[in-house]
Amino acid sequence: MGSGPPTLWEWIARNWDTGRADSIRNLLLDHLVMSLTPVLFSLLAALPLGLACARWRRLYQPTSGLMNVIYALPSLPVFMLLISVTGLSQTTVIIPLTFYGMAVLIPAVVDGLASVPDHVRQAAVAMGFTPARRLLTVELPIAVPVVLSGLRVVAVSSISLVSVGALIGQGGLGGLFTRAYQNPFTPPVIVGIVLVVALALVADGVLVLAQRLLTPWVRARRPA
Amino acid sequence: MITFDEVTKRYPDGTVAVDRLSLEAPTGEITVLVGPSGCGKTTSLRMINRMIDASEGRILLDGVPVEGIDPPTLRRGIGYVIQQAGLFPHRKIVDNVATVPYLLGWDRRKARDRAMELLERVGLDPSLAGRYPFQLSGGQQQRVGVARALAADPPVLLMDEPFSAVDPIVRTSLQDELLRLQAELNKTIVFVTHDIDEAIKLGDRVAVLRVGGTLAQLADPKTLLSRPADDFVREFLGHDRGIRRLQFVPTSGLELRTDLAVAPGASGPDGEPWHLALTPEGRPAGWVPRDEPERLERYGTFVLGRDSLRSALDAALLSPSGCAVAVDGDGKVVGVATRDALDRALAEAADG
Ligand SMILES: Nc1ncnc2c1ncn2[C@@H]1O[C@H](COP(=O)(O)OP(=O)(O)OP(=O)(O)O)[C@@H](O)[C@H]1O
Ligand SMILES: [Mg+2]
Repeated sequence: MGSGPPTLWEWIARNWDTGRADSIRNLLLDHLVMSLTPVLFSLLAALPLGLACARWRRLYQPTSGLMNVIYALPSLPVFMLLISVTGLSQTTVIIPLTFYGMAVLIPAVVDGLASVPDHVRQAAVAMGFTPARRLLTVELPIAVPVVLSGLRVVAVSSISLVSVGALIGQGGLGGLFTRAYQNPFTPPVIVGIVLVVALALVADGVLVLAQRLLTPWVRARRPA
Repeated sequence: MITFDEVTKRYPDGTVAVDRLSLEAPTGEITVLVGPSGCGKTTSLRMINRMIDASEGRILLDGVPVEGIDPPTLRRGIGYVIQQAGLFPHRKIVDNVATVPYLLGWDRRKARDRAMELLERVGLDPSLAGRYPFQLSGGQQQRVGVARALAADPPVLLMDEPFSAVDPIVRTSLQDELLRLQAELNKTIVFVTHDIDEAIKLGDRVAVLRVGGTLAQLADPKTLLSRPADDFVREFLGHDRGIRRLQFVPTSGLELRTDLAVAPGASGPDGEPWHLALTPEGRPAGWVPRDEPERLERYGTFVLGRDSLRSALDAALLSPSGCAVAVDGDGKVVGVATRDALDRALAEAADG
């Protein structure tokens, strides 16, 4: 590495909280907001859409086709296009990432519901569950593991993709990369990479923990 | 009582699964629907709790047409047990069993107490209550399925091949358990199986269906075996129908010889190739051949009056003497049924 640890730590200390918008702390917060908001929004959108697709199978093909097309769009031109509508704001980054998340989560919700064994569904019907209650207390809980693994993918990829927004001035920690792209081993780049990876690991860890707490019946299966 | 009144089910693709079926499942009895695959057993069963609606005809529950009852309400009053048990994988056993009480709005505590009581009733260790379904064996899951169906004490129980996914030994014990429970509970049970032996063992009445969903015969098991309505039923009953019929012939009328059973130390009656040596308690010790008084050979027993002629015959075939040892409930010898005696009983059974 070109810069020794003292320089790195010095740089961090100097830039951690300068009070300016581009202090490491503020970039980190921006990064969190811009990556986690799409995770939340895409989940909220994917649940009803996934339910609708599972209920009316005919919707599923066109919906997932459309979502895959959106997923295939390169993010940079999409940002450029959105700038004309939402300007150089965080919204410009959040909107496409929300769609990317939906592209993963809608199939996850559909697959999750499909993972409910037919005999379990039949048993619920036979015991006198109303359709709404069956969905809420039987089918969705059983779909949770599949949806959560989709959510892990979305969280990690969203955290990583936010950096691209740096090209339009809204990249969170990605902003650190644009400062010195001639030399990739400068402190800002190292700090940026380490923080993005750490953020992804923490988000993933939180979701794994949530999975264990929410679905003890899945975890217990492993050692048995 | 459940009444099928000229019920037909035609699926949207035109398949006629059930064709003008009329039958009654009397209150407090087990009615078995049996027949080859695709003969409409499941369809018939599901029309009772309206998981499937009949195309024509009516199904009455104690005289009330089920079509007039809101399905969730109807179903909460009807227990339902299926082959794969259908337990909720995400709920602990106790909560699985308490499902219908929860649906009925019982107090949580009361529902759980009831669930624990039922677990014991169906022969499960209460310590299993806190487990998840996948932590149970297939047989245990099936018991939980039965407990769950009974939780809200419904008068009617529908069972769709509930025991067909477990091994023969477990199946036998589940069948015995069901008969024991039924003796206590007196539910109106409709039981579906494709296994004629199971039908004969469990059914108070057996309805044999043929493909196309028509009723071939409705009779009690004994009548079914002795007077099958037609070739289809005869063939469905199988080749050993005669032997199986013997399980409905009592042993109380068997002629027994007491002179062949001999107290310890004494010798057998003259002119007999075998005699039965007894223990000091009066239980059988073994058959002794005339020429070798030191030898003890295998013997087979049946409980006089309780076991069927089939068991007596089985006992006879197990011993080299060809005789069956009749014992009382405590295992004490009451006499010996010789081949001749068994022969005469068989001849009588064939007439009856
Ligand atoms: N949803 C459906 N649509 C069309 N046909 C159906 C449907 N469900 C069942 N059938 C047909 O109706 C007939 C009766 O089916 P059913 O499931 O009642 O048979 P079963 O006696 O329970 O058979 P098995 O012993 O194999 O369970 C079969 O020919 C089956 O293919
Ligand atoms: Mg069936």
